[in-house]
Amino acid sequence: MSRALLVLVAALLVCLSVSLFGENLIASRYAYYYDILITIGINVILATSLNLVNGYTGQFSLGHAGFMAVGAYASASWSNHLDPYLLASIGGANSPFATNVAFLISMLLAGSLAAIAGFAVGVPSLRLKGDYLAIATLGFGEIIRVAILNTDFLGASRGLSVAGSYTNLFWTYGSVAICVYVVLGLVHSTYGRGFLTVRDDEVAAEAMGINTTKYKVMAFVVASFFAGIAGALYAHFKAFLTPEGFNFFRSVDVVVFVILGGMGSTIGVIIAAIMLTLLPELLRALAHTQFVPPAYQGLLENRLILYSLLLITLMLTRPQGLFGDPVAIRKRFTRSRGN
Amino acid sequence: MDSLLKLDRCTIRFGGLTAVANFTMEVGRRELVGLIGPNGAGKTTVFNMVTGVYPPTDGHVLLGGEPLNGLKPYAITGKGIARTFQNIRLFISLSVLDNVKAAFNLHLKHGPMHALTRGRAFLREEHEIENRTLELLKIFNLDRYRDAMCRSLPYGDQRRLEIVRALATQPKLLLLDEPAAGMTPTEKSNLMRLIEFVQETFDISVLLVEHDMRVVMGICKRIYVLDHGIKIAEGTPEEIRRDPNVIEAYLGEGPSEAAPQTGEM
Repeated sequence: MSRALLVLVAALLVCLSVSLFGENLIASRYAYYYDILITIGINVILATSLNLVNGYTGQFSLGHAGFMAVGAYASASWSNHLDPYLLASIGGANSPFATNVAFLISMLLAGSLAAIAGFAVGVPSLRLKGDYLAIATLGFGEIIRVAILNTDFLGASRGLSVAGSYTNLFWTYGSVAICVYVVLGLVHSTYGRGFLTVRDDEVAAEAMGINTTKYKVMAFVVASFFAGIAGALYAHFKAFLTPEGFNFFRSVDVVVFVILGGMGSTIGVIIAAIMLTLLPELLRALAHTQFVPPAYQGLLENRLILYSLLLITLMLTRPQGLFGDPVAIRKRFTRSRGN
Repeated sequence: MDSLLKLDRCTIRFGGLTAVANFTMEVGRRELVGLIGPNGAGKTTVFNMVTGVYPPTDGHVLLGGEPLNGLKPYAITGKGIARTFQNIRLFISLSVLDNVKAAFNLHLKHGPMHALTRGRAFLREEHEIENRTLELLKIFNLDRYRDAMCRSLPYGDQRRLEIVRALATQPKLLLLDEPAAGMTPTEKSNLMRLIEFVQETFDISVLLVEHDMRVVMGICKRIYVLDHGIKIAEGTPEEIRRDPNVIEAYLGEGPSEAAPQTGEM
């Protein structure tokens, strides 16, 4: 077995043991921190997977929340309607084995449906480039949201409660480990170098015999799969879904993680996702200290204002992101046209 | 002559503009052929037609008797035609080594699943690609730059790296689009030797589109001349040099913008 695979197995075992021995303790004693921990995991999955599209492959997608919504609602509906039968047949709702198997199945279903959606959206829209692709994917995200908003089966605007709060540290961080492994494993191979060539120069990539469309669709499908997984984790963590949880701003959040961390840098994107998930919590804590007059509390708690400021500062001082590759991003702004 | 590439009465129109009209050309196996013409003559359009960037409006492009019409650029590269670009197009965020490795993607045996399971066959293939890349770089004396970013290389070396990258796709025919553009006279002499060296060492055909008469006349066995999208002459360098049509196309009557002895700026 190769070293990379060993690291993955080790990471999964660590997640499993932490989950087995520490889960209940953390969840009951430090519920607030437990919450943040899970949210960080979900955000890291979203950021890492979107980075394959926006960072490594150089396609600008703004529809990640849409794929997350597909996964979240798919796994929620599966659990709501089919878990009773499934659990009854393999050991009952109180058996940890049965519930975890049920969750695994619903997660895989969520990922697969999101991947199919990614394929369906990707094939026609990946002919578009740059801003046009961004707008097409943005449109897709909105279509999903509005479709859910008008589907009674999915709770429409009332929202959907989800049976079974299955999400725990193992599933969350196990998924993080697999997602990071898949993205890095793909990119660090001769096959995966194709993603980078598509980003650097599509014309040259085609001239080297690389089917750029295939690579773009591949990146899109893999990223959507993990967005779906993140959606399933989110659904079984929050236990209640509303279409508004998957609006445009959700997609923007993920794009901000990627840009801030540095497009095409997995470690940077992970750090950015962690930082930007913690930051609003820190600011909230700060806002409620005696140093801040009550009138300004709202200002500090509003993460969108902060994100905007962060982005403006970053774009002015370090356009490649905190850990990004300066060459790749300079290219983005000085792209020459024609042959 | 054992023909490799054949353009049979190819025409390409962009709306009302006929960029290349009724153009017939042949490149034999192991032959070094030049395609010249003044600015805007349609040389690069011919290139784009051969590589599948623009399909011909009329006529056929054949490689070893097999039609290439309608194939995408990557598929045509797969059939054995590799190219370089007039304005260098390297993968700028990749190192010199990775630029060449990327071209091995074409004949890759492993796929995405193998990249994830990282089995023995996958690792062996990656190892083999690395070795062959280093061999290629060594032949062109570029191995000392292996981990450098390609943008940091001197201009002439970037051009050579592009040729190495094209050769890594294991082509039967190498198309060079104005390789001498922007080079000093010394660099041009080196380039001429390099092109002949590549043709002999890798035993391939080379089609050279060039502005610089000295380069083309120096190494090509046969030359085609295009002007305003029409073939005005073909033959050996000697014949081309004396052809009145060619002289007129380049020099015109009275003062002109392009003289045969000067390269493109």
